[in-house]
Amino acid sequence: MITVMFGDWHNFELQTSNLGLRSVLYHLKNTMPLLEFNDRGIYCRKAEVYLDPWKPVKRALITHGHGDHARWGHEHYLCTTSAGPVIQHRLQLTQQLQTISFGETIHINGVSFSFHPAGHIPGSAQIRVEQNGEVWVFSGDYKLQPDNLSEPFEPLKCNAFISESTFGLPIYKWKPQHDVFSEINQWWKKNQAEGKVSIIAGYALGKAQRVLRNIDASIGKIFVHGAIETITNILRQQHLEIPPTIRVTPDMKRKDFNGALVVCPPSAVGSPWLRRFDPFSLSIASGWMNLRGARRRRGADRGFVLSDHADWDELNIAIRETGAEKVFITHGYSEVFSRWLTEKGIESAEVKTRYEGELSEIVEGGDPDTSVNDPTENAA
Amino acid sequence: MKYFTQLFTDLDQTTKTLDKIKALVIYFDQANDRDKLWAIALLSHRRPKRTVNASLLGLWASELAGLPPWLFEESHHIVGDLAETISLVLPPPSEISETSLTEWIEFIKSLEPLTIDQKKEKILWAWSRLEPVQRFVFNKLITGGFRIGVSQQLMVKALAKHAEVKENIIAHRLMGNWSPESSSFQELVLSHDTLDISRPYPFYLAYALEGEVSALGNIDEWQAEWKWDGIRGQVIVRNRELFVWSRGEELVTDKYPEFHVFLDLLPDGTVVDGEILPFKNDLPLSFNKLQTRIGRKSLTQKQLKEVPVAFVAYDLLEWQGNDVRDWTLQARRNQLAQLCASGSAVLRLSPTVNVNSWEKLAEERQRARELFSEGIMLKRKNSVYRDGRRRGDWWKWKIDPFTIDAVMIYAMSGHGRRANLYTDYTFAVWKEDQLVPFAKAYSGLTDEEIREVDRWVKRNTIEKFGPVRSVKPELVFEIAFEGIAKSTRHKSGIALRFPRIHRWRKDKPIREANTLDDLTKILERVS
Repeated sequence: MITVMFGDWHNFELQTSNLGLRSVLYHLKNTMPLLEFNDRGIYCRKAEVYLDPWKPVKRALITHGHGDHARWGHEHYLCTTSAGPVIQHRLQLTQQLQTISFGETIHINGVSFSFHPAGHIPGSAQIRVEQNGEVWVFSGDYKLQPDNLSEPFEPLKCNAFISESTFGLPIYKWKPQHDVFSEINQWWKKNQAEGKVSIIAGYALGKAQRVLRNIDASIGKIFVHGAIETITNILRQQHLEIPPTIRVTPDMKRKDFNGALVVCPPSAVGSPWLRRFDPFSLSIASGWMNLRGARRRRGADRGFVLSDHADWDELNIAIRETGAEKVFITHGYSEVFSRWLTEKGIESAEVKTRYEGELSEIVEGGDPDTSVNDPTENAA
Repeated sequence: MKYFTQLFTDLDQTTKTLDKIKALVIYFDQANDRDKLWAIALLSHRRPKRTVNASLLGLWASELAGLPPWLFEESHHIVGDLAETISLVLPPPSEISETSLTEWIEFIKSLEPLTIDQKKEKILWAWSRLEPVQRFVFNKLITGGFRIGVSQQLMVKALAKHAEVKENIIAHRLMGNWSPESSSFQELVLSHDTLDISRPYPFYLAYALEGEVSALGNIDEWQAEWKWDGIRGQVIVRNRELFVWSRGEELVTDKYPEFHVFLDLLPDGTVVDGEILPFKNDLPLSFNKLQTRIGRKSLTQKQLKEVPVAFVAYDLLEWQGNDVRDWTLQARRNQLAQLCASGSAVLRLSPTVNVNSWEKLAEERQRARELFSEGIMLKRKNSVYRDGRRRGDWWKWKIDPFTIDAVMIYAMSGHGRRANLYTDYTFAVWKEDQLVPFAKAYSGLTDEEIREVDRWVKRNTIEKFGPVRSVKPELVFEIAFEGIAKSTRHKSGIALRFPRIHRWRKDKPIREANTLDDLTKILERVS
């Protein structure tokens, strides 16, 4: 048994297996729900911790490193070992961050917390909360389809499940990843033949590396925006195999990009940063690209339907598999999805949060995680 | 339908004009003549007669997909297009058919006499044999409203390349009364004689002036006219027959019985371009008056008396049976002036605004509203009459819109990319202590502002009604609009033309928003 400090108040016992000693000091018979929702985030009153809070709190358990889940200003952070380095980098944390392995349990004031793969991005977790045999699971963001990059989603049984619903409408259904990458490879080759640079926009954390990892890197050279290079290097240090990339720097000429693929964050779309690649074909990789209107309004040449969130079928499967008696629906089409579940006989409620899902991937300048004015670019 | 679906996909996947033309040429080179003709028809907004009710299609699709109707409706609202929603929710097809575009259109036409149950059976059968994009195209053939992002001009370019015929000739041939049922590709695109005596010329359209008017150079090279707020039209007299076309390529001869005198005023082989305007006692009336006549199936004597129309002529396209579009504007105008010299109250020459400096023209422009004009048209005197919307020789120099400060009281989420975001707002003005809604607007904000408003809406919702939320009255926006009219259908009693958000007045508290009285005053000024 390892005892770690999580925050400065309590000593908690961290177990490497669920079979170990259960350290329940007091057992309060109360009717209070294990997790509740308040204006700061998802709160466990018994343990006095928050899950993915959006306002500064004392102790925060973080599912993954996207800006709407891992925010500034908490005193103490806890996340998975593989999510740690990125979160540490993005939030410039030093002493405040502790990490835990997938499957390990931490006991806080009689409540057990463990992190389990959510399949969303590398290191992303669902957080399982248990007290006296009652189990709640907070999904964070998740997807079921393996992406060959993130730790694959682990189905968990629970009494109450808090699920996202970013794509909680029957119009969102994803093709197998393999098909999407065939389209992307084909598009890259076609652009090469036409003398165009291929530019693909997606989140700097997760989507970009998923593209890099699964694309046919033998087609040509791959360049990345500085914001993506930084994150990718952090993941490479964690032994994720990602093909070699070259960071775009101001001294490069158009001819350097001949036949190449460039991966950039969504905020670069429509910005002067793209001018250096002209002529180019611009594509966006996002679940929103499943709708024609979204593709057209975005002004991109191509939209690849590639999402790190569960589609309609996956959401339904995931929720059914948990066996939960009660389901809370957070960000996305929460109202609609919750009504759908209720009609299906699953008790369900909509919860207001400040999570955004894949939203900023489709709004200009909206990626809260990266800025087009890559500060590292000029420093080089 | 393989080629047409591929064309649709190719067009959808590019924003570049040259790529679109390339895709069209490839299609025209591959497809058979019947399919080509239908493709031209569909791209110029002609479609087969609707044989199945659109809401039934939605109902059958939700049944097949195992979705409750309300969820299908929610999805439809987000997608913003019924045909697309259906193609997205349906289960994958069981087989793929090789049926051609024309065959599917024949299939759709053959549904007309069938009972609803028979139609349903046929439609479900069709859906089970089409992959999603084909399904979308198929549904669109039924519901109409194909928005493919191909302008007439673009299609003309591609057809000209494919058929090796000059662009202006193709553009002309595609105008007017033809349908893929009654014409062949040969007749329409390749034949040299114009059998159709009603065929109009493509309209020349102007862009809005950008930048300073003085940048146009010497004012002597330009002809200035009032920009009329009516309906653009083309009057054709050939073989002792009269045809009046509106810009929407709609034959409207019967809607304006006043124009029958043109048969006496104009010789055969004459085509005049101009504006259909409500005109009484030698003065133009507000466009609002004309709207009471548009859309009526039959006109009463009372309407004809209250809102008589005139044709304000500003260009001559055909004279003595010859296409004179390559004459200079000055030459065309001289000939037109002679034609309009009869003193008829119905055929009027559009007056020019004669001043000798841009400053004086700017002063004249300020008077536009008194004349129910939208501003000034500038046309280069030595220019030929071109087709489509083009820069350089014609410019519209519109007066600034009306503006009013209003309070946002409802928000609704948008479609497609903006689904999930509250982008459509309802605005209100004060009537004593109450906020009265008077306009809906959605365009005009930057994406960053939309995001900011969206966050605000989500945190300041008072009540939800389906996709609509009522919000705390707090945000003030400046609303711009082009016109205002009385309305019995709106609570405020007024209706605006082209309302849009001009800017977000973060500096204004809601108490300083305008009043219904202010709007009524504008209404009195323009009526």
